[in-house]
Amino acid sequence: MTKRFKTGYRIGVIILAIITAMLLGAVILWAIGADVLKTYLVILTEPLKNKIGVTEVLLRVVPLTIIALGITVAYRSGIINIGAEGQMAIGILATTAIALAFPNLPRGVLIPFAILAGAVGGAIWGFIPGALKAKLQVSELLSTVMLNYIAAQLYTFFLRGPMLDPAELTMGSGTPQSMRLSRNLDLTRFIKGTRIHSGIFIAIGLAVLIFFLLWKTSYGFKMRAAGASERAARYGGINVPKYLIIAMMISGAFAGMAGAVEIAGVHRRAIEGVTSGYGFSGIVVALFGGLHPAGIVPAAFFFGLLIYGADMTQRLVGVPANMVQVLQGVIILVIVATKMILANPYLMQRVESRWHEIFSRKNRAQEADA
Amino acid sequence: MPQSAKDIESLRIEHITKRFPGVLACDDISLEINRGEVLALVGENGAGKTTLMNILMGLYHPDEGHMYINGTEVHFRSPNDAFEYGIGMVHQQYMLVPNMTVVENIALGYKQAWKGWKLDLRLVRERIEEIAQQYGLSVDPDAYIWQLSVGEQQRVELVKTLCLGAKFLILDEPTSALTPQETDDLIALLKTMAQELSIIFISHKLQEVKDLSSKVAILRHGKVVFQGITDDHSSSDIAALMTGHEVNLPHNDAPACTLGPMLQLRNLKVRSDRGHHALDDLSLYICKGEIVGLAGVSGNGQRELAEVINGLRKVESGQILFDGKDITNHNPAQVIASGMGYIPEERNTEGIVPSFSMKENFILKDAESETFSNHAFLKKKVIDKKAEELRTEFDIRSPNTDVIAGSLSGGNIQKVILAREISRSPKFLVAVYPTRGLDMGAAEFIHKQLLQLRNSGVGILLISEELEEITNLSDQVAVIFKGKIQKVLPSSEASRRRLGILMAGVHDDEEI
Repeated sequence: MTKRFKTGYRIGVIILAIITAMLLGAVILWAIGADVLKTYLVILTEPLKNKIGVTEVLLRVVPLTIIALGITVAYRSGIINIGAEGQMAIGILATTAIALAFPNLPRGVLIPFAILAGAVGGAIWGFIPGALKAKLQVSELLSTVMLNYIAAQLYTFFLRGPMLDPAELTMGSGTPQSMRLSRNLDLTRFIKGTRIHSGIFIAIGLAVLIFFLLWKTSYGFKMRAAGASERAARYGGINVPKYLIIAMMISGAFAGMAGAVEIAGVHRRAIEGVTSGYGFSGIVVALFGGLHPAGIVPAAFFFGLLIYGADMTQRLVGVPANMVQVLQGVIILVIVATKMILANPYLMQRVESRWHEIFSRKNRAQEADA
Repeated sequence: MPQSAKDIESLRIEHITKRFPGVLACDDISLEINRGEVLALVGENGAGKTTLMNILMGLYHPDEGHMYINGTEVHFRSPNDAFEYGIGMVHQQYMLVPNMTVVENIALGYKQAWKGWKLDLRLVRERIEEIAQQYGLSVDPDAYIWQLSVGEQQRVELVKTLCLGAKFLILDEPTSALTPQETDDLIALLKTMAQELSIIFISHKLQEVKDLSSKVAILRHGKVVFQGITDDHSSSDIAALMTGHEVNLPHNDAPACTLGPMLQLRNLKVRSDRGHHALDDLSLYICKGEIVGLAGVSGNGQRELAEVINGLRKVESGQILFDGKDITNHNPAQVIASGMGYIPEERNTEGIVPSFSMKENFILKDAESETFSNHAFLKKKVIDKKAEELRTEFDIRSPNTDVIAGSLSGGNIQKVILAREISRSPKFLVAVYPTRGLDMGAAEFIHKQLLQLRNSGVGILLISEELEEITNLSDQVAVIFKGKIQKVLPSSEASRRRLGILMAGVHDDEEI
């Protein structure tokens, strides 16, 4: 089999997958009576037409990327982290606590300190399912999902209780949110008139960091070995439970940092609904990006586009934004199917032999014509 | 009674021959089994036992020969035909659905219970009770399969086969997965069942053959080389026949243990995954520059022995001394660091990380060493160069060292493992089935490497099923049986016959 055919085959399959996803999505959109073409056009192009649109998409790229990077570390180490949503919430609580406790620290200290606190909060929330899996073989699917609920309740409790904005109490409106956090925590908004903040550089920096960690260091090597084949890793003297726990802590830390950056860059205070499903979309982004930082960044952009585009479809064509979640589901199914197709060498051989059959027939026909 | 109307009084096959491309799997085989008889079918892997059973089950058609049931000739076109006549088989791997109950599993194949939309479980239950009483097979019809032990699952398989109307049972290595206690129970059970029906069973184990069978047939290279009444022959005679005739052994006259002991195992007691003692008071020592071959029927503790030496399994009691130091219950990393090399049994899933590249697999044990990393950062150039060197030195056939290790052929995978283990310059090597399934060329290469390693002063424990491999390479041969070392003898005294008798668990080998 030629290398050229292989590459061509892969690209062909991926293009086919995209078309399939679009067609499936089209059927659903058609079923709810939407204008299919217009909807797609709005989702995919409308956000990119002006400065605000582009920066708003990038704004969503930041948490998606950071979370997906963490998911990748866990996934590559053989544990599936569905708990990013909860880890992010705990990270936000930790960051808020630090900002409330030390509002007068200088910027250069407070920002790293608060983000680190977010990372530690998320790491603790990741440690629990990691340790449960490593020591007691508790399924991480169960424990991470359950911890999401616990985190959500804790988050609500803190926002309605200890961290509630004193102004809300005096005003009596009672919106569950913290007070405006110290201005020393604000991440710079570097384009005037937009909300895009320097968190995007943090996200890119973290992507580079994860690439080096996983593929250029012995720690990453061991984590990947533990994830790829637990038995072989054990045989090779790798302490698999230890690296499982470390991977889950890193994964949680990243979700926590995503939360920290989100409130320091966008909301400036802890409010309800900050996580808004990023923890789950992050899983899709990680898988869509091939569990590799180089794929995750563009994948995060694509999903950022989908999420922001969804808001616009609601306004411009009247398609509910929830439809984007349906589209995400379709995309996940198509990714899984594509992976299986790409991993099937027999299918590739059959396609190749068919291809050569058709191709040589054409050639012969041309020769006959000549 | 369902299906088969008549009992099988006799089954006779005459001059059965079956050819596969390049192989004569069955060569003019004739056998006869009557009602109430138990035939033990014995032979090495590839002797043609399975092919013969598949012919009896209608999966294969013989090229030549005839088959008679109760004196009339029959032709089986498919397993269903064989089934109609009442021939049923219990496979080595049980065909049961784990999260269904016993009744539900049996109902799956019990056609009488399927009435249109309705499944009559009561009928199935009655049938099970009937069979259970008739043969003394007690099973709990409402137990889920996953709740049952392996021995109980096998009983369910038997009940299933009988419920579906089998009068003639074929059992493929029925005791291979059972504990000694379960084995005894099964043999007692089969003995009583044999009064009502006929049984053929495939076995490697002398004790079972002796205990259970009334007739024994030994196959070698597709031929029946021996056939007779079990009680007419002594255990040691049968054992000798099972392993084959004397071959002229190459002598290995190296002086025994001149360099002192390297690995000493003292009174090891180790549990298997299923909780019984896989190693039971096992003691053995291996010297520097010496190969000790461990012969034995698989499942007698070989896997557990290899794992416990390498820190992959816990020692319950006993001691492992490695080059004078106690490494009992050290973790795998510590054992590796002390200079142990290991070629594991499962080369594709344990010896390599299949989805990693060849060069990544070369550094599997050494990613953290100073040779390959600098403050945790991997030294790409050093790794690439080393990998290329190993690929050339060990003649691994692949375009480069970036290929995914799992895509290599078995022989090349084994060379990758060997290259890694040898290049780490170990003090000792545990090699488990190092050439199983490999072609002659690759096997020869690996044998040469092992001998070279031995000559450089490394001690080697060679665990193998192939007696020829063991006797050719080893200085000493140890025979393992039920987790104990039966005997250690110099390779020059280890004749095939003698090993075979020891492997079968016959203790006093001097009387022969």
